[in-house]
Amino acid sequence: MADFETHQYDVVVVGAGGAGLRAAIEASAEGARTALVCKSLLGKAHTVMAEGGIAAAMGNVYPEDNWKVHFRDTMRGGKMMNDWRMAQIHAQEAPERVHELERWGALFDRTDDGRILQRDFGGHRYARLAHVGDRTGLEMIRTLQNNAVHRGIDVFMECTITRLLTSEAGISGAFGYWRESGRFVAFSAPAVVLATGGIGKAFKVTSNSWEYTGDGHFLALTVGADLIDMEFVQFHPTGMVWPPSVRGILVTEGVRGDGGVLRNSLGDRFMFEYIPEMFRTETAETEEEADRWYTDKKNARRTPDLLPRDEVARAINSEVKAGRGSPHGGVFLDISSRRDADYIRRRLPSMYHQFKELADIDITTAPMEVGPTCHYMMGGVRVDPETQQSTVPGLFAAGEVAGGMHGANRLGGNSLSDLVVFGMLAGRHAAEHSTASGSPAPVPEEVLDGHAEEALAPFNEHGEENPYSIQNDLQECMSSLVGIIRTESEMLEALDRLKVFKERLARVHVEGHRQYNPGWHLALDLRSLLTVSECIARAALERQESRGAQTRDDFPTTDDQWGKRRVVIRQQDGEVVVSQEPLSEMPEELRQLVEEEG
Amino acid sequence: MSEAVTLRIWRGDAEGGEFREYQTSTSEGEVILDVIHRIQAEQANDLAVRWNCKAGKCGSCSAEVDGKPCLLCMTRMDLFETDETITVAPLKAFPVSRDLVTDVSLNYELAKKVPPFNPVPPEPDGTYRMQQIDIERVQEFHKCIECFLCQNVCHVIRDHDDNKKHFAGPRLFIRVASLDMHPLDATDRKDLLADELGLGMCNITKCCTEVCPENIRITDNAIIPLKERVVSRRYDPVVWLGRKLRSRT
Ligand SMILES: Cc1cc2nc3c(=O)[nH]c(=O)nc-3n(C[C@H](O)[C@H](O)[C@H](O)COP(=O)(O)OP(=O)(O)OC[C@H]3O[C@@H](n4cnc5c(N)ncnc54)[C@H](O)[C@@H]3O)c2cc1C
Ligand code: SF4
Ligand code: SF4
Ligand code: FES
Repeated sequence: MADFETHQYDVVVVGAGGAGLRAAIEASAEGARTALVCKSLLGKAHTVMAEGGIAAAMGNVYPEDNWKVHFRDTMRGGKMMNDWRMAQIHAQEAPERVHELERWGALFDRTDDGRILQRDFGGHRYARLAHVGDRTGLEMIRTLQNNAVHRGIDVFMECTITRLLTSEAGISGAFGYWRESGRFVAFSAPAVVLATGGIGKAFKVTSNSWEYTGDGHFLALTVGADLIDMEFVQFHPTGMVWPPSVRGILVTEGVRGDGGVLRNSLGDRFMFEYIPEMFRTETAETEEEADRWYTDKKNARRTPDLLPRDEVARAINSEVKAGRGSPHGGVFLDISSRRDADYIRRRLPSMYHQFKELADIDITTAPMEVGPTCHYMMGGVRVDPETQQSTVPGLFAAGEVAGGMHGANRLGGNSLSDLVVFGMLAGRHAAEHSTASGSPAPVPEEVLDGHAEEALAPFNEHGEENPYSIQNDLQECMSSLVGIIRTESEMLEALDRLKVFKERLARVHVEGHRQYNPGWHLALDLRSLLTVSECIARAALERQESRGAQTRDDFPTTDDQWGKRRVVIRQQDGEVVVSQEPLSEMPEELRQLVEEEG
Repeated sequence: MSEAVTLRIWRGDAEGGEFREYQTSTSEGEVILDVIHRIQAEQANDLAVRWNCKAGKCGSCSAEVDGKPCLLCMTRMDLFETDETITVAPLKAFPVSRDLVTDVSLNYELAKKVPPFNPVPPEPDGTYRMQQIDIERVQEFHKCIECFLCQNVCHVIRDHDDNKKHFAGPRLFIRVASLDMHPLDATDRKDLLADELGLGMCNITKCCTEVCPENIRITDNAIIPLKERVVSRRYDPVVWLGRKLRSRT
């Protein structure tokens, strides 16, 4: 028998970003013995990097704003692919969750009358994002972290889950290893909440960290849960492009929200040329109108610089292809000529710092160079909108790893709110589930031994493949063949190459021993990364239309029939299987909200 | 455009270790973390180093470069002459786990000792009113990314292992200050500061402030005001009583 420690909990939360922390807080408030497991140190999850803000229709800046407008914006931004019920719950609950963060000590920037200030962001009709300068995620994660540590939640940091455990009744726990010692851990629990975030490391240019290898997607798939919308990968329009070492690092949409504009090498504000039909009535036609909109939302329409991200990313891509790009293959993002230096430094301190330190650029005097970067996974584990339970009993998912909420394209700011709204629901229902189902049947020792053996394979085999080169080749492949613009022949080629990567992974070899060995960690993460890459390519191939984040060169328009269908992915006999299902019908009163003109 | 560089990186674990030399290349605009990642990918797959954001936002990648504590992801290669060997070592004040990774769990344990945020009741509509000017100081403290560089340079911790038990260190003082100066908080943490967290042991050398990558003025804005509050609270019975009564209501 392999040597491992065992623990018993009511609820195990995998992931300690905003979603995982909120879930753990709720589960423990419901009386569940709760474990919180994460790959990095506590407080270092992606949520800490979020910049621009958290969307909630509090109406502090524009009293006209309310959940209905927020719901409408979210559905239209998602090209109507969203699970309408999730979008509704999200829009209704977000304000209360933001106020709750304040009750827990978060200090958002203020309006003149002392309430929470809200800023403009792409696709949101009104200034809606509560924020703290451009470090909102830090405020949020620290608030949740400080709250969580006083609730008796047991935190397992730098501990990676590699397998979920199941019995006939559903989930029975999780299996993983401590990164520091390399020793194995088995958790027994009737409810597991996945809050593992996204998949950005499948692509070469990304705003995401080493942690984003799609572990939660993979874990869910392997125990029989459905994944949905996997074709929808968000490329954020503004990542840094120069110098090469920072390529992909995010430049917050807040720059445009606070007055920055995009220009090509001719100095033109090219976004006016790329206004799609769907947003024409709510988008400014002239620069004069667009500039007026920042202060007068009643009589002017939104600047096209703040169209939803999919539109802006495609536009930048086209400008660069047409030869109107910046020297390093991006476009210019200019706030220096439009706002004074003090304002820029106050509103965007971390952008100022980031460009100054990493690119030798003073954004108060010079434009930034920006281009698309892989940023967010809309697709994920299919969940019940009311409970966040997946199609496997006892398995819950919340945050970026869950699918449905954002449809074909996420609006900026809607992730942080998603985390707390659905993190809370997941925690509550996981706790209820565990009370109702009691302790799970013990997992047979052979099964645990099998998981341990599998995890150790990279040491034992006489392989010769370097995990870093597999990852590198995978990223090249996904970026060039399944990136922003897709076409059938290229995706088929990607699928062929993915097979080869899988074979190579079977021959991977890592040096050294089990103690804090990043090569080994990567070799294990690559399993998830290759599997989610395959899911993305297959789903993208299946959807024969362009919609939201999915742009097909061979099917360049949206197709009404496809607008009613969802791509679902499951695993059967170890193979990834793709199918289509009809979207659920939206109630009439919600449909009317969405169809309202801007 | 790439240039050759030599790094001396500490390799080892709690039992001991040594510096090893690696030759590799670097190109325009790189930070030292890029070079370490190149070495990791090409020559030493098992080289342990922490990182997440690569943009100075998460505080994971703290280490000592040529003896100077810094964030590896914000330390540019063009700070160094190409012909000099750059030495990279783990943080000195914390026990080594492996290579550049140290055991910083003590900081998380200490954080549990600080009584949580305890807000006054909200306005009738269930929300709070606060003026921007009244929260700016605490917002400065909230910028802390928990890189623990300040803990690493503070001589009270760095030079005297025994002190760790009675001295919480600058990061924790920032945390307490952020609660103490929070306009909505109603708990008194001054006894804790003086008796358990060892605020008195700080002799205001300001090394912590100098190293903070978030430019938080740890000493001037947090530690000194906290010291003043502890003193006036302990020796001025009127202030003390006033605060006590307030925090009871
Ligand atoms: C630079 C940047 C800026 C952003 N800005 C904004 C913004 O302004 N507004 C907005 O709404 N959104 C923003 N986003 C998006 C948003 O931050 C993320 O989508 C969100 O934080 C994800 O939160 P999460 O809780 O789902 O996951 P994360 O915060 O990513 O946490 C994932 C957790 O899962 C753990 N984990 C993963 N796999 C495993 C495993 N196998 N075992 C154990 N633990 C595991 C990780 O260690 C981590 O703790 C931004 C994203 C980035 C990258
Ligand atoms: S000022 Fe105080 S806390 Fe800061 S380094 Fe000096 S002794 Fe330590
Ligand atoms: S106060 Fe500054 S140096 Fe200390 S942990 Fe926070 S960010 Fe790091
Ligand atoms: S990697 Fe986040 S601060 Fe360096």
